[in-house]
This record gives sequence, C-alpha cells and structure tokens, in this order.
Amino acid sequence: MTQAIATQTKTAATFKSLKCKECGSEYEPKATHVCELCFGPLEVAYDYDTIRRTVTRETIQAGPNSIWRYRAFLPVETDNPIDVGTGMTPLVRANRLARRLGLKKLYIKNDAVNMPTLSFKDRVVSVALTRAKELGFSTVSCASTGNLANSTAAIAAHAGLECCVFIPADLEAGKILGTLIYGPTVMAVQGNYDQVNRLCCEVANTHGWGFVNINLRPYYSEGSKTLGYEVAEQLGWELPDHIVAPLASGSLFTKIYKGFREFIEVGLVPEKDVRFSGAQAEGCSPIAQAFREGRDFVKPVKPSTIAKSLAIGNPADGIYALEVARKTGGNIESVTDAEIVEAIKLLAETEGIFTETAGGTTVAVLKKLVEAGKIDPDETTVVYITGNGLKTQEAIQGYIGEPLTIEPKLESFERALERAQTLDRLEWQQVLV
Amino acid sequence: MPVKVLVPTALQKFTNDRATLECSANNIGELLDSLEQSCPGIKGRLCDEKGEPRRFLNFYVNSEDIRFLDGTQTSLQDGDEVSIVPAVAGG
Repeated sequence: MTQAIATQTKTAATFKSLKCKECGSEYEPKATHVCELCFGPLEVAYDYDTIRRTVTRETIQAGPNSIWRYRAFLPVETDNPIDVGTGMTPLVRANRLARRLGLKKLYIKNDAVNMPTLSFKDRVVSVALTRAKELGFSTVSCASTGNLANSTAAIAAHAGLECCVFIPADLEAGKILGTLIYGPTVMAVQGNYDQVNRLCCEVANTHGWGFVNINLRPYYSEGSKTLGYEVAEQLGWELPDHIVAPLASGSLFTKIYKGFREFIEVGLVPEKDVRFSGAQAEGCSPIAQAFREGRDFVKPVKPSTIAKSLAIGNPADGIYALEVARKTGGNIESVTDAEIVEAIKLLAETEGIFTETAGGTTVAVLKKLVEAGKIDPDETTVVYITGNGLKTQEAIQGYIGEPLTIEPKLESFERALERAQTLDRLEWQQVLV
Repeated sequence: MPVKVLVPTALQKFTNDRATLECSANNIGELLDSLEQSCPGIKGRLCDEKGEPRRFLNFYVNSEDIRFLDGTQTSLQDGDEVSIVPAVAGG
C-alpha cells in the first residue's frame, strides 16, 4: 500500500466539477466554459476541506519556486505540470514612487519580469496548457490582445503542442514579433479584439481546439489567483489593505480577490478586508463608466486607446469586477492616453521598472485615486504591473527624449554634458513654476 | 424574409444539431418568436424571465452587436446574418 502511494504520479485532485457562477448548475470538468441553462460563466469548484487538511505554509514553501507551489489551488490533476519558471515574481517595496505620490507603504508586484514571456499571462497559460494536455488536446489557441499570444505560443512550443493564435491586425510590432518567433500559426484579424474574440468563439465550436480563453477559460482564469497567493506569501502571510490592478475582461481582478478569499478560507492568512480598485484607459472604459454611473451592467464600447492590451470593449467579467470593487469599498477609474504615458515614465524614473501601457494605466489610476483621497496614505497598497514596456515601444516613442550624439572626444562630451545639465535645470524651473 | 441564424453549440439540441437556421423576421424580437415556433423551448434559453435576451449572450446582426443598434428592435433585411454567441469568453 505504501509502495503504491509512493509510485503514484497523481495526488488526489482538489477539484471535482465546474459550477455556474450564476445559477449554480454543475458540470463535469471538461473543456466547456458556459452554462447550458443560463450561459453564465463556469468556475472550478474545489474541495476546501481537503486543501485545509493537506496544505500548510510549510508545504507551500517547500514547493517549486513557481506558481506550482500552489498546485492544490489550481485545476490540474497531474503532479508534473508545465513548469517554465512562471510566477514568484518580485514584490518590490516602492519607496520612491510612494514618496512622490504621498503614500507610506506601497508595493509593486512586478509581472513585467514574469517568465517566459514577460507578462502575467504566463500564469494563466501554464495552467490552461497543463489542463489542455490532460483533456487530450493536441492543438491550442487563443484570442489575444498580444501578451496572451506571446505566452500561448511560447509555452505551447515548450510543451510540444500545435498552436494557432488570433490577434487584431493592428497590434504593436513587439507583440507580433514576440509571437511569431515561437513558430505558431498567427491569424491577424482585420478588426478589434471583440471581433477577434467572437470569431474565435465560432472557431472553437467547429475545430476541436483548446482555446485557452474560451473552452478552457474556467481553468485558464484560475491561474491569475497566483497573483493573490504570491503577494500574501511575500508580505509574510498577510494580506494588503488595498490593491490596484488593470481591468480588461475583469478576470484577473476577480481572481486576485478569489485567491485572497481562498487563503483566508483554508486558514493560511488571517481574515482581512482588502479594498480592490481597478484601472481602465478612458478610450476603453466600459467598466469604469458603469461604476461611475452606479449601473450593475456593462454597456459594450468600441475601444480607442494606446492601451491595446486592455482594449476589450465587451468585457466578459465586467459585472463581477464591478461587484468586487463595490463590495470591498474600492473604486474603478479611467485615465487618458497622455496620463498613461506619463505614468509609464514615472514608474520607470522612480522605481526602475519599465512597464507597458497596461502598467501605465494602473499607475496613472493609482496616482489619480491618491490625489482624490481614495487611497489612505497609511494603507499597505499593492499595485499589479502585468506587462513589460519593451513590447509597446510605439506608445512612448517621441515622449522620452533622445540620446546625446557626440564625437569620440572629451571636448564634445563636456559640451554635451553642459547642455544636458542646462536643460535639466530649465526643466526643474518649469516644475517649480 | 429569410435571415440566416448561427446557433451556439449549447443550443443545438433544440435545432436537431444544426449550427445554422433560416427564418423570417422583420426584427430581432420577431426572430426570437419565429425561432421558438420552429424550435420549441429555445426562446426560454435565449431570453430571461422578462423576455429580454440573456445578459451572457451576445446577438450580432452582420457582425454588429445589437446593443450598438436598436436592441431587440433592430430591424432585419433579407439575407442578413444573425449570430448568437455566448458572451463569456476572452480576456
């Protein structure tokens, strides 16, 4: 008996079914994502008693240095998930940015350096593709605003899965190149993300592929919970007071919330109310508009913003994100493209972190909320930076200055330095005025 | 006037497993009634208790979301394509 246990490659799965978030109908944990009765989203249901009995802070700390240290909270059966070092990204104490904004305890969860493709999407894809293999898929796919395509293509390559991704044709060059390199089939759709998404829903019905954010979505989205677990663990098994995260579909936001609640539920952290605030770009802010107007439904919009990774006009989890922000005493705000660019620079100049437009949106909203008195300076606040600035270079082109080109002579250097310092002084004077 | 309707997998048990149907209607509201006549029971799944399309379903007329048009009053022309797609996807 002992031997049989020792040679098992699967420990008992901690999840048993998918459950409709709206009407509670239960389904077998297959590749399906909507309730057949009411079309509500399906979510993985876990056996928390088993998790509470078997998981401790110590067992987690003894696990791999990746999201898979939280395997008991993730919807896979195997003991050998696809582990490409995803997760356990730095939680940085951001003192300089905090001082600039007037906060006392600010942290940045830095998924700009998540592995392997430099965005939080590696978390959800690692989970989705592990589950895709368990469910027998040989081809995986996704509808992406860029980061997801990078991640799906890279991790599919690692796992030896066929891959076909769909993106809007007007994406940033870095995101297209960062997908093509892994050798998938890339469909650049002449339309916006919502049109790509709709097309993929139709393809998912007919081709028998595993679409990470369609028919595998219940598993995929659970990967975002690890952004909650890691912050709790990195804060010394405590929850923060307030988090600020970007909102595209709203899934990430609601799953960080779920992650915190699960850690409380199984006794890994003490009970605490965490405020949840969400960030959108003004050019695509259906959830922020609904929040502002006190609506409990989200009216779709047609996106027009430089924050392309957040440009989802018809957000699947919008209503749930609204609910989380409202019940936790948080806010949902939007910022202009100009504010996004300024915030990308602010984060880089104060903390040495170069984020993409989504991160700029989040930092800009953080700033706006602090200025409006909606974040208490004494709150321990965590800001989620979900992507890397090298992928969206177009957004800041023309706003960051130029290198000083000089001759290879000391005199030329001295002259240029003098000029640069004069310009700096002028800039300071302008700030003072 | 004939309009082509694309039906999601979850509802194909009402349509004898057909993914596309043809039906006659002047607007989306009439289309829902017409579908109910040819596929009894389907309207109850497409609409909530108030008879409004369920919030987790998107209706498109020739690729345009009816929420950008006139909702259930959106008029239909001969040869239009109406696509019914579950909303929960993506992101």
